[in-house]
Amino acid sequence: MNEQGHVDTHLTVIEPIASWGFIDMRELARYRDLLYFMIWRSIKVAYAQSIGGIAWAMVQPALQVIVFSLIFGGLLAVDTGEIPYPLLSTVAVIPWSYMSSTMGGASSSLVTNASILGKIYFPRVIFLITPVVGNLISFSVSSVLIVAVLLYYGVGVNLQMLYLPFVFLLMVLTPLSIALWLSSLAIRFRDVRIIMNYIMRLFIYLVPVMYPSEKIPPEFRDIYILNPFVGVIEGFRSCLLGHPMMWDSLLTSAAVTTFLLFTGGVYFRRMERVIVDVI
Amino acid sequence: MTDKALAVDEVSKLYRIGSAADLVSKDDNAVVRLLKKPLNNYRKYRSLYRFTEEELQGETVGKDILWALRDVSFNVEPGEVVGLVGANGAGKSTLLKILSRVTPPTKGRCVIRGRVSCLLEVGTGFHSELTGRENIYMNSTILGMRKREVDRKFDEIVDFSGISKFIDTPVKRYSSGMSVRLAFAIMAHLEPEILIVDEVLAVGDAEFQRKCLNQMGNAGREGKAVLFVSHNMAAITRLCDRGLLLRNGQIVQDGTAADVVHTHVSGGHGEAASREWPDMESAPGDDKVRLRAVRIVAESGAPLDSVSADEQVGIQLIYDVLEEGQVLSPYFTIVSDAGIDLFSTTDADASADKVARQVGRYISTAWVPGGLLAGGTHYVRAVMRSVQEQYRPFTERDIIAFNVIDSDSGIFGTGWWEGRPSGVIHPRLQWSTEYVRPEMVIEE
Repeated sequence: MNEQGHVDTHLTVIEPIASWGFIDMRELARYRDLLYFMIWRSIKVAYAQSIGGIAWAMVQPALQVIVFSLIFGGLLAVDTGEIPYPLLSTVAVIPWSYMSSTMGGASSSLVTNASILGKIYFPRVIFLITPVVGNLISFSVSSVLIVAVLLYYGVGVNLQMLYLPFVFLLMVLTPLSIALWLSSLAIRFRDVRIIMNYIMRLFIYLVPVMYPSEKIPPEFRDIYILNPFVGVIEGFRSCLLGHPMMWDSLLTSAAVTTFLLFTGGVYFRRMERVIVDVI
Repeated sequence: MTDKALAVDEVSKLYRIGSAADLVSKDDNAVVRLLKKPLNNYRKYRSLYRFTEEELQGETVGKDILWALRDVSFNVEPGEVVGLVGANGAGKSTLLKILSRVTPPTKGRCVIRGRVSCLLEVGTGFHSELTGRENIYMNSTILGMRKREVDRKFDEIVDFSGISKFIDTPVKRYSSGMSVRLAFAIMAHLEPEILIVDEVLAVGDAEFQRKCLNQMGNAGREGKAVLFVSHNMAAITRLCDRGLLLRNGQIVQDGTAADVVHTHVSGGHGEAASREWPDMESAPGDDKVRLRAVRIVAESGAPLDSVSADEQVGIQLIYDVLEEGQVLSPYFTIVSDAGIDLFSTTDADASADKVARQVGRYISTAWVPGGLLAGGTHYVRAVMRSVQEQYRPFTERDIIAFNVIDSDSGIFGTGWWEGRPSGVIHPRLQWSTEYVRPEMVIEE
């Protein structure tokens, strides 16, 4: 590939199922313009023919925070220490809705695009990256809500916020790492698709979104934090509210995500070429 | 590395068809079988893309294995336009899917030099909510183009497609013809080193088809390699220098396009002017209808293998109806030597009356009038269809061939015209010529 954009005479070798290896990043780089348009398309299509447009991205988490605050903060009076419940809930709900919708979208992306899979080739991982990056748009729109709530409760800027980029990166990579595994499994086994629907709905109870993680009995914490989403949500809480960082959950989450990302990358590359034959 | 645009080396592709039922062990009881079911299901899935060493060697003549391609090797040089010809299921699509990297080969390897653009299906990746403009960018990048290349070619693409008025309209409001135009326009401007085109010409109007064909011819002249798959034999002979004939997953002929088309059209049946199936079991058809014979007959009813262009010729179909109740309508298509469908004709009586055929033998003859066909070999496609439902007991392509002799002494053949008249048919039309005196022309 050269920068002038004319003849690129690289050789393409087509061979039986590839040996074990990670996703071809060089090839992905060649297709970056496609990735850009796919992301752009997903955003455009999601809000096509709607009057509210991207503003809808704020409505869903706002409603969720209101409902949680009424039920858990008001009705059940969950003890959240000195932090007001809406504050605790807002900083968790927004990263969580990003992660859950991205994981769902990316995992089913191959199934939804099965018709394209059988007709044309480009790196399949683009289907997965599209929701991962595309959903960041609605994430940033709904982040306005976080800022508003922080300002309302008078939470100031603190040094912990320097860790935000790390937590943010983890938030992006965690759903991707899981989707690398689930997407190719979902297209081969209907079971995965069936299970995924339940899991996504039940998963919200396994992350500290509706309740503070202090509610989890300490003897179960080691198991609890194996869920990589826990570290991300706790990370957001600590960073934004200026609490001490929960390094145990954050580092566990980072380790689990890294592990899934690499194994998933290898598995995905192995499967991406045969899925056409087993759809 | 050589300078070949495309090198295909002993490529095979196996598919597992049917169920791998033998995986279930017979001596397990019902409970064990139930528990083992997920495991067996998993094995079954795996077996879809994994093959044992014996299977790969082709030693086991497994009934559940299909060799979609078997040891296919060929090279394409830059600037060559190669037509890929073969009946349905011969492996053309599988080969294209491997070359476009949609599916991996089971054995062998291909080396492609430069960028490939494949048009396996028109408009793949079009999104109905997006406008034409947006889809141009979307589809071009899917096909491997960079954004700034699209920027540069955008106006050309729009011009070529001829839909500039609708470029900012969502594609969902396009007619199917418009989408096809847009899709081909994009493909035509990709500037790949290798162009793979599968049957795009089945869609679009005549003028647009001509435009597409020219574009592909140009690609060849510009030094690009073109691999063209079509059932349109006329297009293959016109466009391609070279032809490849695939039959049952193997290349059976690699030669000039004209030769390959000729072999394909004659269908390996030879050039017999009559065929018979004395054995009911091997005859085309099913439990309801069986084809027993197809032949060419003279007006007298005597079988022929060549006919004079001036004489009436009968195409006769003999079939047995084994089960009552079908309103059957046989039809023939006459195909020229170049693979062009000349015309089709059907037994209109049967369709009009909608009378179900009784059990028994039938002989249907279609009479092609004299003074219509051009000289040369003609092929017959015989189809039996049912009027009341989507049911076709048989479709036999190129089942027989017959020779038409366009003699010099005919109605048209005055003897003073050298060579064959152009065109695929040669109707002897009634002409009249009047002499108009010169002064009458001047008066007007």
